[in-house]
Amino acid sequence: MDKRFLLLGIGNVLWADEGFGVRCLEHISEHYSFAENVSLLDGGTQGIYLLQHVQDADILVVFDAIDYGLKPGTLKLVRDDEVPKYMGAKKMSLHQTGFQEVLAMSEFTGHYPQEILLIGVQPDILEDFGGSLTDGVRQQIQPAVDVALKFLAERGVHPLPAGSDANSRVASISPELAISEYEEGRPSEDAAFRFGDARFIPAPENNL
Amino acid sequence: MNIPLNASQLDNNGRRVVVDPVTRIEGHMRCEVNVDSNNIIRNAVSTGTMWRGLEVILKGRDPRDAWAFVERICGVCTGTHALTACRAVEDALDIQIPYNAHLIRHLMDKTLMAHDHIVHFYHLHALDWVNPVNALKADPRKTSELQKMVSPSHPKSSPGYFRDIQNRLKKFVASGQLGLFKNGYWDNPAYKLSPEADLMAVTHYLEALDLQKEIVKIHTIFGGKNPHPNYLVGGVACAINLDDVGAAGAPVNMTSLNFVLQRIKETQEFTKNVYLPDVMAIGGLYKDWLYGGGLASENVLAYGTYAQTPYDSSTDMLPGGAIVNGNWNEVLPVDVRNPDEIQEFVDHSWYRYANGAKGLHPWDGETAPSFELGPNTKGTKTDIKELDEAHKYSWIKAPRWNGHAMEVGPLARYIVAYASGQEAVKEQVDRSLATFNQNTGLDLGLKQFLPSTIGRTLARALECDLVVDSMLDDWHALVNNIKAGDSSTANVEKWDPSNWPKEAKGVGTNEAPRGALGHWIKIKDGKIENYQAIVPTTWNGSPRDSDGNIGAYEASLLNTPMERPEEPVEILRTLHSFDPCLACSTHVMSEDGDEMTRVKIR
Repeated sequence: MDKRFLLLGIGNVLWADEGFGVRCLEHISEHYSFAENVSLLDGGTQGIYLLQHVQDADILVVFDAIDYGLKPGTLKLVRDDEVPKYMGAKKMSLHQTGFQEVLAMSEFTGHYPQEILLIGVQPDILEDFGGSLTDGVRQQIQPAVDVALKFLAERGVHPLPAGSDANSRVASISPELAISEYEEGRPSEDAAFRFGDARFIPAPENNL
Repeated sequence: MNIPLNASQLDNNGRRVVVDPVTRIEGHMRCEVNVDSNNIIRNAVSTGTMWRGLEVILKGRDPRDAWAFVERICGVCTGTHALTACRAVEDALDIQIPYNAHLIRHLMDKTLMAHDHIVHFYHLHALDWVNPVNALKADPRKTSELQKMVSPSHPKSSPGYFRDIQNRLKKFVASGQLGLFKNGYWDNPAYKLSPEADLMAVTHYLEALDLQKEIVKIHTIFGGKNPHPNYLVGGVACAINLDDVGAAGAPVNMTSLNFVLQRIKETQEFTKNVYLPDVMAIGGLYKDWLYGGGLASENVLAYGTYAQTPYDSSTDMLPGGAIVNGNWNEVLPVDVRNPDEIQEFVDHSWYRYANGAKGLHPWDGETAPSFELGPNTKGTKTDIKELDEAHKYSWIKAPRWNGHAMEVGPLARYIVAYASGQEAVKEQVDRSLATFNQNTGLDLGLKQFLPSTIGRTLARALECDLVVDSMLDDWHALVNNIKAGDSSTANVEKWDPSNWPKEAKGVGTNEAPRGALGHWIKIKDGKIENYQAIVPTTWNGSPRDSDGNIGAYEASLLNTPMERPEEPVEILRTLHSFDPCLACSTHVMSEDGDEMTRVKIR
């Protein structure tokens, strides 16, 4: 049986560079299609909802914004055991069942992917409510996708020729949130304050 | 044991304990308490440390897209926000949905609620009661005996089964990463279960993980995908054709409906044979720990949900209403449109209102931030050591109903339903109390038992049971209605904005897993002019108001003794019983993956 691949984008599209992973997935689902053993999934900020998809995958490729303290816009590849996974007992909210915890749960249940590739980008701005990707991060979408395609090709998986009927399972972002609509529909800064807590943002908090 | 419910009655002289859970990059919620010389909590300060930005993100957007945006605001409550947003827009534009859509929305919403309640108990809350490290010491044979006693109908109960799980647990812990059990206070005497009970609960943690992934497949059928199922203003986004088969046909056909039926039955079995017995058993073993009631015995609020007859709230399975001042003999009607009933105050929140307004109804709501700290704050703006709760201290506003702070959530719904005489709820609650008294040898009255941390956790389990049972009714009603020839799923008469009035306003309500949820919308020239959401955690986690009334989280912590103030097991246990949901959703992977709760004592 063919190995099952999962291409997973995670992050929050409403908060600027946090949307990187999901936008990569959107880009892939728009430009490429695959055979049945490859699934494309927009994971958003979901935690435990993603567990079954991870458990079902033999090979997992994750796109995400990651904080490794690098220069904003830097791509960072992390493989297999280097991908952090942990679970903590002191969560305050289910949302903190972050993706790392999904990995830990997946391992605890005995269904862990044989290979994992995390394709991360160091974000520039996160606290820009309603904002989209910054330019430096946006420019890394195609390079990130290229990394994934090369990784797949090394494992004998290639995109189907353009125009062929796609068979892969695709759960990408809904059209209401497609990047072009999302950016064009944004209200002006005068109309809607875009920033958050002064402790966490480099925004003009002194003007509050 | 009277709980003081006004800031003027609180004593902040004792030692201050600061609990600030830190995620990878930012704080969500912070809690500060003062304990007296006996380590009893005498003052509590609950702070939302982040602003969600929901309102500003939606301004100027197409109202028909609002559901997709609000579905992204939160990592767990996705569908409940999406549904409530659709209802708000439909209310504003006077759109009524077809009966099939009514039933399918209920099935999707109840799926979410059951999933949420089960996952909350096993994967968030259980570790406040259950010590997984202790489970390594269990005798699997005794665990098997315990399992058979607690739940005779549960088939997974052999000693070998528990031994296998224990071995898996040993291996997992021995692998060095400790993963699951990192950051616990595992030698704290606040944990009271036997190793055998701990092993049983850890086993069910795994069983619940297997179950939860099956339940959500219902969303995939009706909502096209999961996560992020599709919603639609005017109905539901799925076509029906009972005779279709295969992937190319309508997603709702007899094959997929039978699949849904199987998922409902599995969830029913798990709830009755595992979830409810576990909650009752754990509650009984903590029988001396009846803290955490707080506001629940006094003021509770529910909007009501699951109307049997569409648009007739008198047929709500979980009725709406408000109870104030502990008078369970009177359930007051709630009008979410009345500008004088629900108002949000910002005296202690980091916002300011124009023109010196005090409380604002959400339709007139304003979201202008104003981050300033009181003179008694210790630390700096970017590194707060200790907040000054006499001043502004939270990003959460303070919603009030007729001036009262209210608790919302499963416990509030159950108190309102019980006081309203909802028969099924009364039967569940009375039976649970009788069993609890019988198992523990206590003779508690309902008001001593239900408004407590354990009661809150029990109400959630009872609600899961009630809701899943009712999914069977919805399923049969749906199949019958379709078979009678109705395959309509959406009302698209007013899809085109040219059919909308120039200005309109509406409100959508729901009972989300965490409590009463309302979205208020104003539409102008086809765009969102103002959008305000009061989410359950806004009610429960609210700071003080103009009159000093404290919110549900703060009230729930008062008078609770702590075994070791430097290890806030008791604080987490009670706060978790509310299933807190503080905005968030930002998650960035950091290298060390660390998520330590910092506890500071001053």
